[in-house]
Amino acid sequence: MERSYEKYFRQNRLPHLWCPGCGNGIAMKAIVQAIEKKGLSQDNTVIVSGIGCSSRASGYMDFDTLHTAHGRAIPFATGIKLANPDLNVVVITGDGDCTAIGGNHFIHGCRRNVDLTVVLFNNKIYGMTGGQASPMTPLGKKATTAPYGSIDRPFDACKLAIAAGATYVARSTAYHEQHLVDMIANGFDNKGFSFIEALVQCPTAYGRKNKMGSPANMLKWMRDNAVMQAAWEKLPDDKKQGEKFPIGLFYSATATDYTTAYDAVIERAGGAGK
Amino acid sequence: MKSDITIKMARCKGCGICVAFCPREVLALDELGKVKVVNGEACIACGQCELRCPDYAIFVDKLSDGGTAKEAAQ
Ligand SMILES: Cc1ncc(C[n+]2csc(CCOP(=O)(O)OP(=O)(O)O)c2C)c(N)n1
Ligand code: SF4
Ligand code: SF4
Ligand code: SF4
Ligand SMILES: [Mg+2]
Repeated sequence: MERSYEKYFRQNRLPHLWCPGCGNGIAMKAIVQAIEKKGLSQDNTVIVSGIGCSSRASGYMDFDTLHTAHGRAIPFATGIKLANPDLNVVVITGDGDCTAIGGNHFIHGCRRNVDLTVVLFNNKIYGMTGGQASPMTPLGKKATTAPYGSIDRPFDACKLAIAAGATYVARSTAYHEQHLVDMIANGFDNKGFSFIEALVQCPTAYGRKNKMGSPANMLKWMRDNAVMQAAWEKLPDDKKQGEKFPIGLFYSATATDYTTAYDAVIERAGGAGK
Repeated sequence: MKSDITIKMARCKGCGICVAFCPREVLALDELGKVKVVNGEACIACGQCELRCPDYAIFVDKLSDGGTAKEAAQ
């Protein structure tokens, strides 16, 4: 029986170009399942992506889509939201796209609390360009630009988003597919900047450099190391060592979103002649 | 048969994720490196293969007892 989420894909573009076992396909499915769960209409939802393997997702999704410039998905999305606040605007980005070249756009999108849902596909490396270290490559992990292991302390993009002012911040993984769907779907409910980090396996660049084995083994690594936030909070510090990391909802708050603030300015300035 | 397994062969990239996560060794990769059903009778329709396939290439529908694939699809 044909699955209902298939209608959200551009069928003539599949199969996608991602490598065998790449986690991007799982994260892309989670986004369309979240869209379906919340009943967002295809005509009223826009997908905006930057540049990278992850950002290729917009090309497979049957919505109005923009594949923009490296690191610049959030400013394009901000423009769309300001021009037509009624649209649901979803951003797909990578760890390099969002926290390296696009790092400033990211924190200022958070600061302004623009009503976007940003999903970061975190494979901890620049996949598309052959495996350079990104600002989210963990300490000691290898990349073509870090053959002895990275000595640059990585960003925790979720903590960065919270500190910068995002009003919904969560993390999940490709292994926890249904949980990822929920984290994204709940992000749609927030009127403000929603940020969801989705860990995805990149067997070709990150996995191979770091001897993580098959794509299935990379998924099992997520299963074995992710800890639900409620349990994580109860863990003593010495148990938070090693490769363990928390997933779940980290933060949510209510604050005036950018289009509401901007509407108030338009009002004070005498209206936009609508 | 407890289940009806549908494979969209053009989408399968032979990553082996479904094979690794199947609890009943229903699936294997063939000589061309694509998924194949080797023990369909053992399938318990748990959906692990479908859930984890990054290429949306495999789908499993549960069949009611004695039902055929067609009936289950209705
Ligand atoms: C202005 C600019 N600089 C550099 C590049 C080269 N480039 C393409 S993708 C990429 C990194 C992508 O990494 P990430 O966002 O993590 O995506 P992934 O491929 O890992 O999904 C870089 C540096 C570019 N396309 N444009
Ligand atoms: S290089 Fe990595 S991220 Fe890019 S498609 Fe291949 S597995 Fe996926
Ligand atoms: S998980 Fe999907 S793409 Fe990978 S071998 Fe199985 S059916 Fe093929
Ligand atoms: S549904 Fe479960 S038992 Fe059946 S083939 Fe898929 S993983 Fe194996
Ligand atoms: Mg990356």
